[in-house]
Amino acid sequence: MKILVCISSVPDTTAKINFTSDGKEFDKNGVQFVINPHDEFSLTRAVQLQETQGAKITVVTVGDISVEPVMRKALAIGADDAIRVNADARDGFFVATQIAKIAKEGGYDIVLAGRESIDFNGGEVPGFVAGILDYAFVNGCVGLKVEGNSIEAVREIDGGKETVSASFPVVIAGQKGLVEESELRIPNMRGIMAARTKPLSVVEAEQTSSKLKVVGYVKPASRGNVTLVDKDNVGELVRLLHEEAKVI
Amino acid sequence: MAILVYAESQEGHYKKAAFEAVSYAKSIADKSGDTVTAVAINATESSDSLYKYGANKVLKVSSDALKNFSPNSFAKVLAELKDGEIIVLPATNDASSFAPLLALKTNATLVTNLTSAPSNVSPFTAERRAFSGKGIETIEVTEGAKVLTVLQNAFGLKENPVSGTEESANVSVSDADSKVKVVKVEQASSDKIDLKEAEIVVSGGRGLKGPENWGMIEELAKLLGAATASSKPVADIGWRPHSEHVGQTGKAIAPKLYIAIGISGAIQHLAGVNGSKTIVVINPDAEAPFFKSADYGIVGDAFEVVPKLIEEVKKFKGA
Ligand SMILES: Cc1cc2nc3c(=O)[nH]c(=O)nc-3n(C[C@H](O)[C@H](O)[C@H](O)COP(=O)(O)OP(=O)(O)OC[C@H]3O[C@@H](n4cnc5c(N)ncnc54)[C@H](O)[C@@H]3O)c2cc1C
Ligand SMILES: Nc1ncnc2c1ncn2[C@@H]1O[C@H](COP(=O)(O)O)[C@@H](O)[C@H]1O
Repeated sequence: MKILVCISSVPDTTAKINFTSDGKEFDKNGVQFVINPHDEFSLTRAVQLQETQGAKITVVTVGDISVEPVMRKALAIGADDAIRVNADARDGFFVATQIAKIAKEGGYDIVLAGRESIDFNGGEVPGFVAGILDYAFVNGCVGLKVEGNSIEAVREIDGGKETVSASFPVVIAGQKGLVEESELRIPNMRGIMAARTKPLSVVEAEQTSSKLKVVGYVKPASRGNVTLVDKDNVGELVRLLHEEAKVI
Repeated sequence: MAILVYAESQEGHYKKAAFEAVSYAKSIADKSGDTVTAVAINATESSDSLYKYGANKVLKVSSDALKNFSPNSFAKVLAELKDGEIIVLPATNDASSFAPLLALKTNATLVTNLTSAPSNVSPFTAERRAFSGKGIETIEVTEGAKVLTVLQNAFGLKENPVSGTEESANVSVSDADSKVKVVKVEQASSDKIDLKEAEIVVSGGRGLKGPENWGMIEELAKLLGAATASSKPVADIGWRPHSEHVGQTGKAIAPKLYIAIGISGAIQHLAGVNGSKTIVVINPDAEAPFFKSADYGIVGDAFEVVPKLIEEVKKFKGA
C-alpha cells in the first residue's frame, strides 16, 4: 500500500496575522510555520497504517524552500520520503495539478490530505486532485480502515456520520477524529535524526493558467468595547440582547 | 442567462443554507441582469420557500441514484443543468465536497467561502474568509465561468419574493456514477439544531468542570432555539462529541448570537467564532481574554449565572 500524504505548511495557530502595508500579501515576518493541523491527523493515520499494515508513506508539499523544515518534521513523525514541488502555492487548482501528477506517476493507492488549510481556508485541493485523476473522494473523513484494495471511511455529515466504501485509488481529506488528539505523534530524537537523511527530492512545477487574482487583504473590524452586566442583574443581559443587539 | 444554485435539502426539506445560497445568487442576478434557477435534488418541500428568496425557476431532480450523497454524481447533475456562467453552492459539507469536481467539469474558476455580495460582477470581485477569520481576502475572477461557495450564516438570508415556476429536470445519472458506496448513515436525532445552520449557539468550555454539568447548557440552548458547541479540550477529554468542537481546528461558525460559558477565549477558539454577530461571555475571571472579543459579558461563576439566565429567558419568552 502506497500513501501520498499532502502537507501544507501554515502559520502556527497562535500566530498573529498581519498583512503587508499595501494590503497585497500576508506578512510572513516573525511567523512560525507548522504542519497544517488537519494534515497532522491524516499523517498520523498514515503512520498507523505503516506500522500495522506496512504502508509506505511519501509526503508532498508544494512550496518554496522555506517549507522544508515542516516537511522534515513530517519525516521525523514517520514518513519514508518526501517530494517538494518547488513553486509558490497560492492557487488551489495549481497545487492540485502538481499533487495529481505526482500521485499518478508514483502509483499511490491513497492520497491523504487535510480538510482545509487553516491559512487560505480553501478546502479545494483534495477535491481537485480527485477530480483531475477521476479517483473516488471522501471529504471530512473522521475514520479510515483499509482492507486489501479497498477502504471503509467515515465522514462527517451535517448532524451525523456516514460510512462509505470505495476501491483504490482514493483521495481522502481528513480532520480531527481520523485519529484522536492523544494519538498525534511528537517527533522523538531518533525520528529527528532519521529524518535528516531520509530522501527529500525537489521537482519543478507544471504550469497552469488561472483567472483568479488576489486583490488584497484586510483585517476584520474589531468589536467595540465589551458591555459588562452585573452578575446579580442577569435580566439586563436579556434586555440588551433583545433591545440593543436585537438577536433574541 | 441563469445563475444556477444548489438548493441543498435533507430528508426532503431545504436547509437554511439553501435559502442563503439563493439569496446570494439573487444579489448577483440583480447586478448582472441574470435570473436565478435553483436545483433541488430529491426535495419534497414546496418550491415557494425558494421563490421567497428570489429563485425564478426551480428544477426538481428526483432519482434513486441520488438518494445518498456522492461527490461525483452531484457534480454531474449540476454540470448537466448549468446554463450560464455562474453556479452558487452553500459551503456545507456536501456542497464543499463536490464544488471542485463541478468546477473541473464546467471549466470554471472555483472560489470558496465567500462572505459578502460581490462589489462588482464583471470582473467578479468579492470577499472571502481567510486565515480562519483573522483576515478577509478580496479576490477577482477576471473572466469565464465560476463556481462559488457561500459561507453559512455570513451573507445571511435576504427575502426577495418573486413569482417562480417549477419544472422537473431529467438527468442522466446512475449508480455507476458514484465512486463511493454509502454503507451506513447515522443521523443525530432530528430535533437537534445543526451547529452550522444555527442562529444562536450556546457553547461551553473547561470552566464547566465536567460533562454532568451540561444540563444547564442544553436547557438554555433549548429555550433559545440554539445549537450547542464546545471548546476543543472539552471534546478532546470526551465531555462532548468532536462534532461540537468549534475553532481553528473544529467548525467555523457565524451565528447571530454566540454565548461562551467557561471558555477562556484562546486565539484558536476565537478563529472559529469571530464571525458571530454578537458574542456574550460568562466567566468569573475578569482577565479572561474572551472579554476583549465580546460584545457583552458577565464576570461571574457559570453555576450561579446560567441558572439565573435560564429564569430570565423563560420570563422573556413568556412575556
Ligand atoms: C494546534 C491547536 C489548535 C487548537 N484549536 C482549537 C480549536 O479549534 N478550538 C478551541 O476551542 N481550542 C483550540 N485549541 C486550544 C486552545 O489553545 C485553548 O487551549 C482552548 O480553547 C481552551 O479551552 P477552554 O477555554 O475551554 O479551557 P481553559 O483555557 O482551561 O479555560 C477555562 C475557562 O473557564 C473559566 N472558568 C473557571 N471556572 C468557571 C466557572 N465556574 N464558571 C465559568 N467559567 C469558569 C476560567 O476562568 C477559564 O477562562 C487549539 C490549540 C492548538 C495548539
Ligand atoms: N501547498 C500544498 N502542498 C501540499 N498539500 C497541500 C498544499 N496546499 C493544500 N494542500 C493539501 O490540501 C488540503 C486542503 O487545502 P486547501 O485546499 O488549501 O484548503 C490541505 O489540508 C493539504 O493536505
